[in-house]
Amino acid sequence: MRDAHSEHFPGPIHQPPLASNVDAIQPHDHEELPHHPKLQHHFDDMAQQVEASTLGMWVFLVTEIMFFGGLFTAYLVYRYINPEGFAEASHHLNVTWGAVNTIVLIVSSLTMALAVRSAQISAPPKTQVAWIGATMLLGATFLGVKAIEYYDKFTHHLVPGPNFHWEGKHPAPAEMFYSLYFCMTGLHAIHMVIGLGIMTVIGFMAWRRTFDADYYTPVEVAGLYWHFVDIVWIFLFPLLYLIGGHFTE
Amino acid sequence: MSDGQGHGAHAHIAPPSMYYKVFAALIVGTVLTVAAAKVDMGPLNNVVMLLIACTKATLVILFFMHVRWGSRLTWIVAMSGFFWLALLFSVLGDYVSRGWVPETMR
Repeated sequence: MRDAHSEHFPGPIHQPPLASNVDAIQPHDHEELPHHPKLQHHFDDMAQQVEASTLGMWVFLVTEIMFFGGLFTAYLVYRYINPEGFAEASHHLNVTWGAVNTIVLIVSSLTMALAVRSAQISAPPKTQVAWIGATMLLGATFLGVKAIEYYDKFTHHLVPGPNFHWEGKHPAPAEMFYSLYFCMTGLHAIHMVIGLGIMTVIGFMAWRRTFDADYYTPVEVAGLYWHFVDIVWIFLFPLLYLIGGHFTE
Repeated sequence: MSDGQGHGAHAHIAPPSMYYKVFAALIVGTVLTVAAAKVDMGPLNNVVMLLIACTKATLVILFFMHVRWGSRLTWIVAMSGFFWLALLFSVLGDYVSRGWVPETMR
C-alpha cells in the first residue's frame, strides 16, 4: 500500500488519459463513478481537491507574510535609526523565557506534523486526537509563558504609554522598541489563539472519524497555518530577545 | 486506504524519522542562535542570527509544510511571498542612502 502513497502530487492541472478528456467535455454522470463522499462536484478527483486547498492556503499565507512584513519593516527602519537604544531595550527582555517558548513552538510544530501524518496513514481517531491535543497543549503553554512575560513588563513599567519608565540612556528608542515588541508578539499571540480555535475544530473532526488516507485536507491546511505561526516566532525570537546579548551599560 | 479507483488524495507520506531529524535540526539551530548571541561579533551577529533563522524557516517550509513534495505552482506562490517581502524591505535603502549625496537631506 505504501508504494501507492509515495507518488508525488500530480500537477495543478490534472491530466487524465485522452479518453477521460472526452468524457470531461460531455456532462458527467456521477452515478456511474463511485467517488469519495468528501469529493466536491467541481473537482475531478481527491488529488485535485487537496491541491486546490493547499494552494489556496498558501495564497492566504502570502498575505500573512506581508501582514507581518509591515511590522518587520517598521522594526528594521527604527532599529537602523536607533541601534544602541534597541540593544539596550532588548537587554531587558528575558532570553530564557523567549528560548523556552521557541522550543515549545518547535515541539508543537513536530506534533502538528505528526498529527497530519497520523491522518495520512489512517491512524485511529484516538491517535490523531492525541497529536492534535499535544499540539494544542503546547500552544497553550506558549501563551501562558507569554502572559507571564507581559505581566512582568506591566509591573516594570515597560508598556509604552504614560506609565512607561526607562532608567537607561535611550528612553525614546526603548519605548519604540517596546511598542514594536507588543505589536509583533501581540499579533503573533492573536494568531496562536486563532490557531487553538482552529485546532479545537480539527480535533473534534478527527474524533468524529472525518480524516483518513483519502481525505485529510483540513488537518493538512490547519498544519500549514500552525507552521507559519511557528516560522514568525523563529524570526521574532532573535530579533527581539537576542540583539542586546552583549550590551554593556 | 486506497480504493483502487484513483480517487484518493495520495500524497507523499514521509517516515516519522524524517520529522524527528528536522525537529533535531531546529533545536540545534535554536541553541546555536542563543550561543552566537552571547559572542560579540559586531555586525556579524545579525548575519549569523538571520542565517540560522532563515535555515530553520526553510526546513519548516520544505519538510513540515510539505512544499518539498508540492506542485510547482505551490512553490511559486510560496516563493512569491518572500519576493514581495524583499521588495518591502528594500524601503530601508532610503534610510541607508541618506547623506550619500552631499547637501541632500541627512
